[in-house]
Amino acid sequence: MDFPVFHLDWLNNRGLIAIIAILHVVINHAMAVGGIPLIAYLERRGVRATDGTQAQQWDRLAFRMLAIFFFVTTTVGALTGVGIWLSAGLVNPYAIGSLIRVFFWAWFTEWIVFVTEVVLILAYYLSWKKWVGTKKVSHVKLGFGLALASWLTMAIIVAILSFMMDPGSWGTDRTLLSGFLNPLYLPQLAFRTPVAMVMAGAFGLVVTAFVTPRRSEIQAAALRAIGGWMLAWMPLCLVGGYWYATRVPVAMKAQLPVALLTQQLAQWSHGAITVLVGAVVAIGLIALWARLAPRTLPRVVLLVPALLAILLLGTFERVREFTRKPYAIPGYLYSNGFRKADYPILQRDGVLAHATYTRVRQITSDNEVEAGREVFNLTCTRCHTVDGINGIRAVVANMYGNQPWSVSALDAYIGMMHNARPYMPPFPGNGPERKALATYLVYLQNHADTINGAQRDGVMVLPRPRRLADGTLIIAQ
Amino acid sequence: MLPVPVPRDIPLPLPADGFYLEPLLIVAFIAHILFVNLTVGGAVYVFLLQLWSRRRPDYAVLARAVAQTLTVNKSMAVVLGVAPLLLINVLYTVHFYTANALTGMAWIALVPVIAGAFVLLYVHKYTWVRLAHRPRLHLAIAGVAVALLLFVPLVFLANVSLMMMPERWSSVAGLWDAVWLPAVLPRYFHFMSASLILTSLFGVGYFGREKFVQQAGFETLTAPNIRRFFYRIAFGTSLGQYVIGPTILLTLPADGLNTAVLATVLIGAVISLAPISMMWLELKEPLAHRTRLLEISVLLTATVLCMAMGRHAYRKIRLAPHQRAIANATEQWNSDSSQAAFNARLRSELEASGRSVGQPIFEANCMACHARDERLIGPPLTEIANIYAGNPDGIVTWAMAPGKKREGFPQMPPFEVLGKEKLRHVADYILQTAAHK
Repeated sequence: MDFPVFHLDWLNNRGLIAIIAILHVVINHAMAVGGIPLIAYLERRGVRATDGTQAQQWDRLAFRMLAIFFFVTTTVGALTGVGIWLSAGLVNPYAIGSLIRVFFWAWFTEWIVFVTEVVLILAYYLSWKKWVGTKKVSHVKLGFGLALASWLTMAIIVAILSFMMDPGSWGTDRTLLSGFLNPLYLPQLAFRTPVAMVMAGAFGLVVTAFVTPRRSEIQAAALRAIGGWMLAWMPLCLVGGYWYATRVPVAMKAQLPVALLTQQLAQWSHGAITVLVGAVVAIGLIALWARLAPRTLPRVVLLVPALLAILLLGTFERVREFTRKPYAIPGYLYSNGFRKADYPILQRDGVLAHATYTRVRQITSDNEVEAGREVFNLTCTRCHTVDGINGIRAVVANMYGNQPWSVSALDAYIGMMHNARPYMPPFPGNGPERKALATYLVYLQNHADTINGAQRDGVMVLPRPRRLADGTLIIAQ
Repeated sequence: MLPVPVPRDIPLPLPADGFYLEPLLIVAFIAHILFVNLTVGGAVYVFLLQLWSRRRPDYAVLARAVAQTLTVNKSMAVVLGVAPLLLINVLYTVHFYTANALTGMAWIALVPVIAGAFVLLYVHKYTWVRLAHRPRLHLAIAGVAVALLLFVPLVFLANVSLMMMPERWSSVAGLWDAVWLPAVLPRYFHFMSASLILTSLFGVGYFGREKFVQQAGFETLTAPNIRRFFYRIAFGTSLGQYVIGPTILLTLPADGLNTAVLATVLIGAVISLAPISMMWLELKEPLAHRTRLLEISVLLTATVLCMAMGRHAYRKIRLAPHQRAIANATEQWNSDSSQAAFNARLRSELEASGRSVGQPIFEANCMACHARDERLIGPPLTEIANIYAGNPDGIVTWAMAPGKKREGFPQMPPFEVLGKEKLRHVADYILQTAAHK
């Protein structure tokens, strides 16, 4: 309402964030948070090896793995990290703007840790071939120091992610500390840490398979070591995952006392747990195989844990994003970008009356479709497109089929959809806007339309309505 | 002329006073831009040196050495960019996000563009030997990386310019509109020149060392050659800045300029005369020493600091009225919003308790003169309800500006002060009360 509406009518705004964010989290977990300690561990194996050739082979493997991880993390990894921020700023500036106000100092600390991490990874990578001989032990220590910095960046950002699911006492306190120490923070951190370690192992298996000579002594030894690494972290994954999964529904239940939602959430978390556990078991079996009989492992099978890990993490992030609906910040900001506290004034006066950027200020009998389109643009496009991913036309068709859609039926439905579909926020506009939106949706049954977003169509600024001393709103024609 | 948009700000407090955050922004930004300059300038140098290496093979060795430095510089540029981004997000929330959205495709394209440029720079660096037999392909890889990198500052400059021109927001749709905003292109060339100057001075200091030249194994290039090479480019480009700088001042909208801004920028320009003449002195010496490099760097840093402060002050002054309007609109909105929330809650509570919203208003304003069934001073409600059956707005119109209908009744005072909304509740209450007993 106060920001120009950026919109991608095919990919969907959430699709944009999802692509960037999942790419980032996979790279971050597998190649930084988990990857660096794994590399330092492999390097240490080299240092500890009594045989000179073996020591050299371990060292070469560790360095090659680091080179690959360094290449990816300092390009795509770093830029997708900034990219989450840039895309969130385009898609839901209300949410990210609010989060930055609350978590500024956490983010600022994050930045300092982040600078440390980059300096350390540059040092770790660039000094690999210079710090040799007696300095090698210090180099391994540098690796573990870098691992700590990588883990810290995640430990801070997880606070913000879990805040978005359950802000806990921030709802009343509004302080950084109460936001940071939200109820889901520790369970989520306890889950993500071992997941990152296991993922690093899964990616490490792939790297080992491709950078060491086939069926060589070092390949078998490395697969055995990485398999063991994964098996060691696996139980912690299950414990953390269980703790987290049991906390999610509890936290959400407190937010939304709708019996139906509880049912639905149970389904979600049930489905999530099945996927998580299934993938973890499969990864575990392959890790066990690598541990016990590395020479019998076909290359193709070595790809499976990495792919499953991506699937696992992707599902996990999706479930996390979904369970916090209808909110972006529970109890404070809906996922459509409207603050809960502003609903009374918007539902009384209408969204069009108060929007800074709108092509329609007042609904008349001959601009209902145009007005409805603007209402759609302002209130629905954070999650819906017209015909793309989560397209509204398909959603309505799914409900009413091919028979002529009815304005009055849709009007009534929009008024109560948040009860029928608990992940939907309530409609923020007033009665006439609801009807206009319904009219636009009915219009869509027989007309194509594309919403281009402010990045292509620009914005229109109409004079604001005047409010008389008695509270009446006067809209200039 | 369209109205200037006055959006409402996010109604959460700033994490600290602007007094502390603004200097932090300036310092963090300078640290960031320093490495950005070295990255962009370095990439340009890699490309040009490799191009020139056909005539002078030693330049290929130098190009490779410059390419090595990019690994560190580009990573520092990105990570140091986080703090200024964070700070500008809180200090100029509305302005920054608005500019981002209006140039949305270019803004989000920064992610693949920069990542792509970095990947290509790595590929270029690690295929130096492998692609030695295909020099054109190898050069083309650097060329594409440079082209991508040259696009990035354009997007940033379009954004930071658009954010401080709210009067242009409704006439911009996409990057290419924003690029033509006042001063964007001059600022772009200003930035590119700065990148070249900074990287050249870095070149004097880093590649102009005797130790480096010994290790690099040039055929003919000597350390003084290299110093002279970089000093000449730094000196020539610096002279160009005296044309570009004033162009920016002249093309920027004048309403952000005041004596303080001008003085800051001019002091910076005057300071810059010293390091530039020092570059000239170094060049005049037969061996182009780098004895004055430290002084040059310190003085240029002072210039950069002045320019960054001037630029920040310009933005602050230019946006001050708009910021105030936003603060007022936000405050007004919060008060209207909480009033509306209060009214809605009151209504639902009254309804739940079986009382109408109009009743308390009626009791406070009307009851002294009107009763249900009998005349007090004015007529009874039953009589009013007869006249206005099914027409509550008629009662509202009357109460806003009552006429005089009846003999022997005193003139009713107008109740315009209550407003139509409340009067309508009163009217509903009157019709309801008269109908039920």
